[in-house]
Amino acid sequence: MQIYLPIAEVSVNAFLLLGLGGLVGVLSGMFGVGGGFLMTPLLFMIGIPPAVAVATEANQIVASSFSGVLAHVKRKTVDFRMGWVLLVGGLVGAALGVQVFAILRELGQVDLLVKLCYVLFLGVIGGLMFLESLNAIRKSRSAGPAPKTVRRQRTWIDALPLKMKFRTSGLYISVIPPVLVGLFVGVLAAIMGVGGGFIMVPAMIYLLGMPTKVVVGTSLFQIIFVTAFATMLHATTNYTVDMVLAVLLLVGGVVGAQIGTRIGVKMKAESLRILLAIMVLAVCGKLALDLLLQPAELYSIGTAGGHG
Amino acid sequence: MIRLLVVLLIAALPLRAEEIVADMSQDRISISTNFDGSEILIFGAVKRDRPEPEGQQLAIIVTVTGPREEVVVRRKDRRLGIWVNTDSVEVSGVPSFYAVASSVPLADALSPEEDALWGITTPRAVTATAPEGTPAIDADFLSALIRVNTDAGIYGSAEAAVQVRDSTLFSAEIALPADLTEGNYETSIFLTRDGTIVDSYGTSIYVQKVGMERWIYALAHEQPFLYGLLSLFIAIAAGWGASAIFRVFKA
Repeated sequence: MQIYLPIAEVSVNAFLLLGLGGLVGVLSGMFGVGGGFLMTPLLFMIGIPPAVAVATEANQIVASSFSGVLAHVKRKTVDFRMGWVLLVGGLVGAALGVQVFAILRELGQVDLLVKLCYVLFLGVIGGLMFLESLNAIRKSRSAGPAPKTVRRQRTWIDALPLKMKFRTSGLYISVIPPVLVGLFVGVLAAIMGVGGGFIMVPAMIYLLGMPTKVVVGTSLFQIIFVTAFATMLHATTNYTVDMVLAVLLLVGGVVGAQIGTRIGVKMKAESLRILLAIMVLAVCGKLALDLLLQPAELYSIGTAGGHG
Repeated sequence: MIRLLVVLLIAALPLRAEEIVADMSQDRISISTNFDGSEILIFGAVKRDRPEPEGQQLAIIVTVTGPREEVVVRRKDRRLGIWVNTDSVEVSGVPSFYAVASSVPLADALSPEEDALWGITTPRAVTATAPEGTPAIDADFLSALIRVNTDAGIYGSAEAAVQVRDSTLFSAEIALPADLTEGNYETSIFLTRDGTIVDSYGTSIYVQKVGMERWIYALAHEQPFLYGLLSLFIAIAAGWGASAIFRVFKA
């Protein structure tokens, strides 16, 4: 069944969109990731204009994170104070990102920027994750003693001013690093159409030293507001949010996520992570090839000033 | 301008040996939610008040031109090992859609002089509205523009797509793709004898989004803030609703 998307102005098979939403939903349920970093490149591949894909993904992430955050609030695993601090940075970052996006769109370099960001981040994160899970598997095979817990070292972060108490996380640190983390993730959210959890979660654990149990809830809390803000900015400056596309992806995604969660429970954590790493590297490789190999058609057509 | 003059000139000729009488299956296309392209049938007859001239080849040419717009054609080049858009050229007055169908190969149906005057073959049609004195577009970029749009199914020429019966009745089917730009699609029918245009007939098809498509598009452009809020609200409601339904099934 073909459906005409009013903002993207293309006609796409509705079941393809539901299926894509479902597939990415299964993966995000299995691995506990947002899935924006997979969905946005997939949307490029089926012919949705990149500007529409990025803006619509932001809208979809708001919705898919919403039910997630409710569950975390119920379990009291959200550090609201930290969330607000991250959010301040995130909002500024998203505003910056949307501006950069608009300027590059005029210059015809949006595709390049988005793809470069994807190659860079997916490559680094996929690579790290792959190595780490290989190590973990090797360790569990050799069945040595449990690794000693690493106490966070005192670093330059502790020397920064403007300290604040974060009771839920049990931290007393400067607000500057979380604001910067938030800012960075906000820029990514606006440019790449992702929530940014894949950057924020490691940053919260390794850089800020937050306890693992509050990390996911807190990042979801920040992601909802930042992506909602990015959606509004894209809607008002670029007119590129397609609500029909968002709803179709979402319905598929929610159902897929429920299935994925059930599959995820049955699989070992290490093998899950290595699968996710391989997938991330595959998407990265595909995008990198697009940039490195000579394209079949060197010319492209964009609309002057307005859409596209 | 030249086109208009020529049309007036031909219309003013008192005695025309042959005249086109034509109509279309529809003069209005509505883009609704399930829009998946459309086929229009253009049909008609050649009206004569005297016997058909002997030994002159008759041809019918049908063109459909979408609303003209300004586009940017970009060329990729290798920079630091990756392929990047480097040069670009802005072209104005480019048809968002162009289809030309003819009863015999276009080269036989139309002389180059007539083509230059009327802008019928795709390269001519694309640059037809360029004002006098504007520098010509780089040939590489122009041919790339046509090639990319042809590959995308936006431009096309179909030879022998116009059926002519007994040198009198003719019909042509033109397929319009799903990703149409809204606006007026000018449809022209030309009757040629030995490559010279004898008569022409012009009409237009109006393409418009309707219903929900119209409403969403208008809201997004006229009330973007409200539209953004509504998108967020609908998405959250849909996501929450879908997971609620799933929970009910599970329980």
